[in-house]
Amino acid sequence: MKITIASGKGGTGKTTISTNLVSYLSTLKQSVVLADLDVEEPNSALFLRGDLEKEQVSYKMIPKWEEADCTFCGECADVCNFNAIVALSDEIIVYPELCHSCYACSELCPTDSLPMTSERIGEIKAFTSDGFSFIEGRLDLGQEMAVPLIAQTIDYVDENFKNHIKIFDAPPGTSCPVIEASRGSDYVILVTESTPFGLNDLKLAVETMRVLNQKFGVIINRYGIGDNGVETYCADENIEIITKVKNDREVAKLYSKGELIYPKIGHFRDSLDEIVTFIGGLKCEK
Amino acid sequence: MKIIFTAKGENWNSPMDARFGRMEMLVIYDEENDTLEMVSNEGIEEMEHGAGLQTAKKVMELKPDVIITGNGAGQKALDLLKRTTVKMYIGAGDMTLEEAYSAYKNSQLKTQF
Repeated sequence: MKITIASGKGGTGKTTISTNLVSYLSTLKQSVVLADLDVEEPNSALFLRGDLEKEQVSYKMIPKWEEADCTFCGECADVCNFNAIVALSDEIIVYPELCHSCYACSELCPTDSLPMTSERIGEIKAFTSDGFSFIEGRLDLGQEMAVPLIAQTIDYVDENFKNHIKIFDAPPGTSCPVIEASRGSDYVILVTESTPFGLNDLKLAVETMRVLNQKFGVIINRYGIGDNGVETYCADENIEIITKVKNDREVAKLYSKGELIYPKIGHFRDSLDEIVTFIGGLKCEK
Repeated sequence: MKIIFTAKGENWNSPMDARFGRMEMLVIYDEENDTLEMVSNEGIEEMEHGAGLQTAKKVMELKPDVIITGNGAGQKALDLLKRTTVKMYIGAGDMTLEEAYSAYKNSQLKTQF
């Protein structure tokens, strides 16, 4: 069972829900693993204490220009869909940060002047905590493309945690990284807040999930602020609201100290219970 | 001198385009022959990544002495352009081509490099 916690808008509470949910599930004797897929700025680790179990470096393949036989025909730049190569009259310049590792330039170069080589993009770390595992993908500074590392982090989780409930903490937004973090999952939970901003970005996220043909539901966080736009929208669109997490200053205080919420706030635990029950229902469906 | 303007139209009264990488068109003014010529930058809006590099390459192939633009080029395009002897003047994003040219002539524009 794979569940992605996503959102259109940033700062709606993906990480708060993810970290508390995984910890709470482990207290219910469930085998569970959390993967922080927000590889550009992973922050789940701020709320979870764990021992580093394993770390591995991640690479992506990029072409490396070899001058010797190059005829400067420019085929490499022409076939690149991502403008990652500029072919000048006396030099071929590769921009690794734009490269999608498609191999087209390398394969089609008539003189084999662009062999593929590996480049470090980041690392994957595995931690064990009280009763659950926690995996973090972290992109190196200066790397622009998150998708390859997100894919590798998901692969790592799939290989090492076959029978676990897998919770994926996704990046915000609706672009490629979110799609990569969502498309292989059984279900996507969109965390939003009941404000016009929350609603606007929720609509974008819903559109994205529909294009992906992905099953999804909504959690309204900080319920009680803003207006009832999100609820009206969900009712009109037949979108399930899994739970409404009450707006509470005490939650924010615990969050700001890097603490988990559910051990101390009863209504937050009640919301987690609703999520757990919902996930139980999904498992039965499967 | 061969001068390239980043432009939104092809004559002297046209507004400048403040953007470099995603400029609508390049207008080339040849001072010696007093001719104005337009080169389209069509398709650049649809390009998700690397627009600056492609525009920079296009500019380089035209071998200008001077580029007059608005906001200036991004880092990747800049690194590419710095391989040539071209001089880049910025801050003309809100002007017409004519105003931009006269500001350049009167040394009122800053150089990006």
